[in-house]
Amino acid sequence: MAKQLISLRVNGSERDCVVEPRTRLLDALREGLGLTGAKEGCGNGECGACTVLVDGRPINSCLMLAVEAVGSEILTIEGLATRDGLHPLQEAFMEHGGLQCGICTPGMILAAKALLDENPKPSEAEIRAGLAGNLCRCTGYTKIVEAVQAAAEA
Amino acid sequence: MGTAMNAFDYERVATLDELVAALAGDPDGTRLLAGGTDLLVFMADGKLAPRKLLDPKRVPELNGISHNGTLRIGALTRMRDVELHPLVRSRYTALAQGAFEVGSVQIRHRATLGGNLGTASPAADTPPALLVHDAVVKLRGPDGVRKLPLGELYRGPGQTVLAPGEVIVAVKLPEHPARTGSWYIKLATRKAMDIAFVGVAARVTLAEDGRVAEARVALGAVAPVPLLAAEAGAAVTGSRLEDAALAAAAEAAMAASSPISDKRCSAEYRRAMVGVLTKRALRQAAALAEKR
Ligand SMILES: Cc1cc2nc3c(=O)[nH]c(=O)nc-3n(C[C@H](O)[C@H](O)[C@H](O)COP(=O)(O)OP(=O)(O)OC[C@H]3O[C@@H](n4cnc5c(N)ncnc54)[C@H](O)[C@@H]3O)c2cc1C
Ligand code: FES
Ligand code: FES
Repeated sequence: MAKQLISLRVNGSERDCVVEPRTRLLDALREGLGLTGAKEGCGNGECGACTVLVDGRPINSCLMLAVEAVGSEILTIEGLATRDGLHPLQEAFMEHGGLQCGICTPGMILAAKALLDENPKPSEAEIRAGLAGNLCRCTGYTKIVEAVQAAAEA
Repeated sequence: MGTAMNAFDYERVATLDELVAALAGDPDGTRLLAGGTDLLVFMADGKLAPRKLLDPKRVPELNGISHNGTLRIGALTRMRDVELHPLVRSRYTALAQGAFEVGSVQIRHRATLGGNLGTASPAADTPPALLVHDAVVKLRGPDGVRKLPLGELYRGPGQTVLAPGEVIVAVKLPEHPARTGSWYIKLATRKAMDIAFVGVAARVTLAEDGRVAEARVALGAVAPVPLLAAEAGAAVTGSRLEDAALAAAAEAAMAASSPISDKRCSAEYRRAMVGVLTKRALRQAAALAEKR
């Protein structure tokens, strides 16, 4: 109940953050740490806009408590690009028009990264299954699938 | 912050003893938090308001899949790990399919097998598969350990027979004979991220002469609890899955079901689909059995 100081390992660095036990990882990232890449769409696991990677696993940060993530390695969209440039998935999404309004994009790209980490050459069906938990109301998905295919071939 | 959840305490527990003692000490206010994909949603909706959540995700006995004849799956094992496990895929295919049908990849990376049982949703996707695999659940409570056939875990929608402080430790699946195959079919509106209208699992073991030596059929979403339709399995035993035998199994499965009408679909539709899917799942299970 009381607020507590926790340390989260996000995008390679330890970050202190004040939370309550009920604070969702999504809120700790966005409001505690100012990492607003992860979005809240639905708040109950349906849309995937809040997807981040925890110990390499794609998860809905609206359904995880911040305190549950202590001791884990968290990757948000802010941590994907390096000093040398954007991640190949980010490049591919730009090149192939895999985004319009961009709300779904951080979650979509992280879900796609988890997919490619596990299965570097997915079929179209595997891409669609891997991204079934990420809703997009703009693109119609075809261009997202093409972007992921392009990134897989890059 | 954008959360509607009540305030509560959170504590990680390191051992099963600690977990059981703490749950038994405060049965009304303290809850086990596994993947949270049901619990946190219920809390955000205001349907549950526990004072304290205990997180046993780091308790070793609750985690992982091991095999020594029997397949043991720790209750906190995540759906994604169940679905990808090579032995689950090859010998317990229906379970791999049931796990794969749960939500999205993101949900399956959090959702646990024990949580899918603990929630006791009649429409959950793994119980029909576990029932045809003759799963036994190992429970541990203040009074020690007991083992129940999965079918005896449920009391009604959202209700289990777990005593205060009692937790599911693991699910155990016996080794099936050679020439066994299994299959799970989920019927829903969307291909992913949807609750089953009907779920049907089947397991078939074939004898040397190609006749069915043993068969099981189990149903989800068509009764207050997931259900083993024993008569449906019996109806094809000794047969070669001829049309008449399959029709008898379908009739038996439909008779075992007691579906309701809701906003998703009508009871009549559900019952009709139990028949159709029972035949289909038995055929698919038999086709896999022939290959093994
Ligand atoms: C978007 C979304 C889609 C979903 N889709 C599906 C679907 O397609 N099919 C499906 O079947 N389910 C679905 N679910 C429901 C849910 O993901 C599953 O039921 C899941 O397996 C629950 O596991 P959990 O570890 O998250 O449980 P939790 O939410 O942590 O726990 C659920 C309940 O079980 C109790 N519990 C947990 N573990 C134990 C244990 N070891 N012993 C005793 N009690 C225990 C908890 O105290 C709690 O009361 C979906 C959920 C969401 C949010
Ligand atoms: S905000 Fe988390 S899944 Fe929609
Ligand atoms: S780009 Fe707008 S929701 Fe996907």
